Amino acid sequence: MSNRLRRTMLYVPGNNPGMIKDAGIYGADCVMFDLEDSVSLNEKDAARFLVYEALTSLDLADKEYLVRINSLDSGLGLADLEAIVRTGKAVIRLPKTESAKDVLECEAEIARIEQACGLPVGSTKMMAAIESAAGVLNAREIAMASPRLIGIALGAEDFVTDLKTTRSEDGIELLFARSAILLAARAAGIDAIDTVYSDVNNEEGLRKEVKLIRQLGFDGKSIINPRQINVVHEVFTPTKKDIDHALAVLEAIKEAERKGSGVISLNGKMVDRPIVLRAQRVISLAKASGVLKEGTYAQD
Amino acid sequence: MELKKVGVSGTLESSDVMITLEPGNGGIEIELSSTVEKQFGNAIRREILATLESMGVNNARVTAVDKGALDCVIRARVKTAVCRAAEVEYNWGGDGQ
Amino acid sequence: MRKIDLESIPYREELHEINKVFNVKKVTKNTRTLAEREIHHNKIVGSLEEAEQRAGLKNGMTISFHHHFRNGDYVVNMVVDKLAEMGYRDLVLAASSLTDCHAPLIKHIENGVIRRIETSGLRGKLAEAISHGLMDVPVVFRSHGGRAGAIEKGELPIDVAFLGAPSCDPYGNANGYIRDTAEGIMCGSMGYAKSDATYADKVIIITNHIVHYPNTPFAIPESDVDYIVKVDEIGDPAGIMTGATRYTTNPKELLMAELASKVIFASGRFQDGFSFQTGTGGASLAVTRFLKDKMLEKGIKASFALGGITGSIVELHEQGLIKRILDVQSFDLRAAQSLRDNRFHHQISAGYYASPYSEGTAVNQLDVVVLSALEVDTSFNVNVLTGNDGIIRGAIGGHPDTSFGASVSIVIVPLTRGRIPCVVKQVNTVVTPGKTVDVVVTDHGIAVNPLRKVLRQRMIDNGLPVYTIEELQKKAEQLVGVPDPVQYTDKVVGVVTYRDGSVIDLIYQVKD
Repeated sequence: MSNRLRRTMLYVPGNNPGMIKDAGIYGADCVMFDLEDSVSLNEKDAARFLVYEALTSLDLADKEYLVRINSLDSGLGLADLEAIVRTGKAVIRLPKTESAKDVLECEAEIARIEQACGLPVGSTKMMAAIESAAGVLNAREIAMASPRLIGIALGAEDFVTDLKTTRSEDGIELLFARSAILLAARAAGIDAIDTVYSDVNNEEGLRKEVKLIRQLGFDGKSIINPRQINVVHEVFTPTKKDIDHALAVLEAIKEAERKGSGVISLNGKMVDRPIVLRAQRVISLAKASGVLKEGTYAQD
Repeated sequence: MELKKVGVSGTLESSDVMITLEPGNGGIEIELSSTVEKQFGNAIRREILATLESMGVNNARVTAVDKGALDCVIRARVKTAVCRAAEVEYNWGGDGQ
Repeated sequence: MRKIDLESIPYREELHEINKVFNVKKVTKNTRTLAEREIHHNKIVGSLEEAEQRAGLKNGMTISFHHHFRNGDYVVNMVVDKLAEMGYRDLVLAASSLTDCHAPLIKHIENGVIRRIETSGLRGKLAEAISHGLMDVPVVFRSHGGRAGAIEKGELPIDVAFLGAPSCDPYGNANGYIRDTAEGIMCGSMGYAKSDATYADKVIIITNHIVHYPNTPFAIPESDVDYIVKVDEIGDPAGIMTGATRYTTNPKELLMAELASKVIFASGRFQDGFSFQTGTGGASLAVTRFLKDKMLEKGIKASFALGGITGSIVELHEQGLIKRILDVQSFDLRAAQSLRDNRFHHQISAGYYASPYSEGTAVNQLDVVVLSALEVDTSFNVNVLTGNDGIIRGAIGGHPDTSFGASVSIVIVPLTRGRIPCVVKQVNTVVTPGKTVDVVVTDHGIAVNPLRKVLRQRMIDNGLPVYTIEELQKKAEQLVGVPDPVQYTDKVVGVVTYRDGSVIDLIYQVKD
């Protein structure tokens, strides 16, 4: 389980200077500049320069930045990598990943560029988006393909087209893909990020979907508008009961350490490793949501 | 770098700058109109000149219509326009020229 | 009847004006019906020209106007055109505010009809021309409270007030809407006109709609009115107000609005019975929405909302979340309708709203005010009057009044607008002194006035993103760079006054 929170991953069109300038202010955990679908074919070069210059000169604070590149097959992906890897400041998000081979090809190019520009080989992280039936079936090998991968994500729009269906409100058509991606991510020890919810004005619909993917186990969701951030973060905010329990678990660990005891127990029950991990996760979510500060639960 | 044709980049949206580059023969000429002319006119001209110089462009007529673009945006738009006008792919591994 | 000898009244010299005996011949009873009287005995005069002459208007006098018709106003231009035609010169035009639609005044300044101007603000071509040195005598800028105070104290004596009114009865009871029909102009509250009507020497109501007596409830009572002129049109409804001001969907404005609302919740003022005012800027307006959610959640009700009123405030009032509305200016149709229909939505005068000379003035009863700004500097001084290019493009409004009066004043301003930094080392024009500004909310975090130590600690304790104002200024500078300073000549074109009439800053002519 990684430490960094990725509850929200905000898409920002790569050729829009105004949106790039403000992308960092909304409180999304991650910002993703897009060179792919939101940029028209004759502006690919412009967006590449713009995202490169923005990454190298804007104050990026402590946020995680990603850049969704064009696929290598498109003939545009290599130039995207040449530019973005050199900044040393962004995770490369690979679109339309179908197999481990896609990841490895991209990785090889990244390693070459890292070497050429003097960056430590392996320092550039990757994330793979899975957007097709083949990709979902290969989710496990994709997730395992490279130590550079920090997560895999579902891209549902292309996926449902591939399935010959459309997206529904309850998302039944995505259930297998979501589960497959989530299991693959967990098996590989990386994050699982859910697809976008496109109806920006439907706050209730978004909330329902985020509740679903949180229950499935996802770490976060791609979002297309800053207005969606609050809803996602709210759903990912632990309840007071969860936090109190997590704090009690952490207290029990300390207690055991003080006593020099190897066995941690809480209310007469043994606390094992999964419980500890879950408690730590609850606490980091609670801190990120602002409901927990310095070990105390702040009433809002 | 030699410019072969007219190269245009950028838009007229807020926070952007539209750069039109034409091959020139007497150094760099810049025609600038900007919504922040009074405050940043000099800074914008400096940034355009420096970017052209970094790419080895010595002769060009530049028309810049600025809507409050940041320096990084100006650099990106100038670089894009240069590559389009010179009909070259940018050499990311080189010194840009 | 008893024969009366005045001399027989003891101590008559102490009974003022008891010096004549009743004479029955002087009593002439009028047996006409109300309908007949409305037609034959009234204050309506035939033309604007006649009203101006009968009011005794002379060259060099001060004429006043209100700005309740905003950018749809026809009255100022209509009246001044007529005065120019009649040959008047050197008049002082004292409007509660002027805006884009008043550009035709430029020619009347050039031809000497208008010698000087007093206003809360200027916009558009007129503002640009004045910034470029159009006038010999500088414009005097006053806040709404400052203007009301100056009028009350006689520092701004008004000779003739020309007050446009959407409805007026034959005796001068005037109002900002027409009670009996949904048609006609609707501006809602006429708060700024009320002060002028009370204190001006002569008051002329200009209306396009004469209604039957009594036009109650009224904004301006007949006792304040001398003449009434009926004209075809007083304003363009589209320019006066929109249906209902909508909440912004701009994510940056929402971000700042949410942050400002969190400042309110953390301020210690968010309690049952609190009072507040929110402005009309996108972000400021959206604060109301976040307030509403929290008020419902916590079961908190506000005692009153003040100021320029919008439909969003009305919505809270109608849901029982705000007990009373004090309305000096209605910003949208929804607000105007509420003023007409809701018992506890009350219109107040500029003096009642913000006069600096009364403890009871409404702004002094505010717990929280949320304002917007063009610029804020590292001393917390606020500029709402001149743009980044030094040109006048705004209005003081009630900014210094509410900032002073409210227990906590919150100013919302984006860190930058495009490439223009809005948190700066020194504002172009100081309108509201930093000493009265408590919290600055930007899209990159907040800064609390160091004078407000407890407040600052509350913000930190509640996990708000608190920076120093210097840190915010540096952030802005890192993002956009350092602008070249605006170039001015040494000619003063505007005098900015504080609420008490003292001069707080000067506006100079911009160099081309």
